[in-house]
Amino acid sequence: MGIFNPHISIQRLNVFYGERHVLKDITVDIPEKKITAIIGPSGCGKTTLLKSLNRLIDLVDVAKVSGNVLVDGVNILDDEVDVTDVRKKMGLIAQMPNPLPMSIYDNVAYGPRIHGVKDGKELGQIVEHCLQAAGLWSEVKERLGEPASKLSVGQQQRLCLARALAVQPECLLCDEPTSALDPISAQHIETQLLTLKKDYTIVFVTHVLRQARRLADYVIFLYLGELIEHGPAETVFTQPDNPRTKAYIEGVFG
Amino acid sequence: MNKRKLEEAFFKALMLLSTSIVLGSLSAVFAVVILKGAPALSLSMLTQTPKGGYYLGKEGGILNAIIGSLYLAIGATALAFLLSLPIALYLNEYAGKSRFASLTRLSLDVLWGIPSIVYGAFAFIIMLYVGARASLLWGIITVTLFVFPIMTRAIDEVMKMSPFKLREASYALGSTRLETALKVLTRQTLPGMLTAILLAFGRGIGDAASVLLTAGYTDSIPRSLFDPVATLPLAVFFQLGTPIPEVQQRAYASGVVLLALVLLLSIASRISTRKFMKYVIK
Repeated sequence: MGIFNPHISIQRLNVFYGERHVLKDITVDIPEKKITAIIGPSGCGKTTLLKSLNRLIDLVDVAKVSGNVLVDGVNILDDEVDVTDVRKKMGLIAQMPNPLPMSIYDNVAYGPRIHGVKDGKELGQIVEHCLQAAGLWSEVKERLGEPASKLSVGQQQRLCLARALAVQPECLLCDEPTSALDPISAQHIETQLLTLKKDYTIVFVTHVLRQARRLADYVIFLYLGELIEHGPAETVFTQPDNPRTKAYIEGVFG
Repeated sequence: MNKRKLEEAFFKALMLLSTSIVLGSLSAVFAVVILKGAPALSLSMLTQTPKGGYYLGKEGGILNAIIGSLYLAIGATALAFLLSLPIALYLNEYAGKSRFASLTRLSLDVLWGIPSIVYGAFAFIIMLYVGARASLLWGIITVTLFVFPIMTRAIDEVMKMSPFKLREASYALGSTRLETALKVLTRQTLPGMLTAILLAFGRGIGDAASVLLTAGYTDSIPRSLFDPVATLPLAVFFQLGTPIPEVQQRAYASGVVLLALVLLLSIASRISTRKFMKYVIK
């Protein structure tokens, strides 16, 4: 991969929802500590691919998954693997902010607590650190005890980012995290992600091409469940190999 | 006026009518019970147990039934909650859409529909079989049997409404099912659970038939789980059954006490619900 070190290796990944073949034989590497954008029109399997990376796909009753997803050399799709470890390692930012029904503080502390952090002082430090990393600390430090539902949608999304960071993941999986936000809040999230990529492998699903251009180092283009093209962002955006990628990027279909 | 506006007006009137019928009957019940009962209500009635000849109109009160009802209803509600919460959590977090889950829900709905006297008779047969005497314990067991399907289905319904994205959020952080169930789902549904508990408590404290055969009736306050126990609904029943007008009035006064207890509890739970409600994710 040249300057890119693979962190996640997806090998021959197939996903069926009942009879429907949603992901078709996907094989691709995702580089470490870069932002990888998964692009493609709606319904092409972007979210399914993302959810295969942290096994949230397990929650979909009808889904059948085959193939390998190697993270640090371990196949996370293996039944032997502890799924809670996988999910701890692969943080998720959902499309709609999904704060937990508790205070701002407890939202961030929830993850560390279930993974065994008991010391109050340590929890406090984690909460402060993660809220800072998510760019929310200055706005909420005076009211950590308030319900998370009181925050604006944009703040809630940054809270979700802080919450994901609090369990010390290796990767951040972002499922169109700005699509429900106003432009200013969206920009906040983008800024944070650009800062965070020096420490985390970020996989970013989007159907906004301009956003992919702004953020991505590496691009994966999916179309109707097939991997059409992948490569460094500059190459894919300026001289795509595949005519369908070219057509999509030029806005012929969307 | 055109047809659609007419329709609108007609159905609005219909809804107002239904609402006022319900509110009207509620206030009528309150009015009758309070008007007939309030004059007979006295401090001694609330603070004394029946003295000899109480049911003939002499001295004493219904403290035995007040305390008895509280013991019974609180005991049964607590026991029912211990059964209901695991069932509801299982149905919502573990069972998924399995046939076993829908069969369980169906069974609970059937149990909900069984009249309380049948539970009383059922428990009574078992008591005869094991040779037990009517007591607080058997009263609690009977009322538990009778209210737990109500409580379980009420909790189940609020849990079903809890948004999927919350579970997703919890799982995505590496929670187990149990952690998701106990730390997220219960937090989200706390206000609804309080309502379910209140519903069960109200049904439990107000029911006469289920405890008629199983709890016994006594003029003293029970000292242990194995003593017989008096309840307010039965106090109302027995006092209404006497031919003496003063005692009949006391039956209404006992009714006022029962109403006041349920009302107080409702208000308390509303206030606490509001406190927990602010954390709930819409």
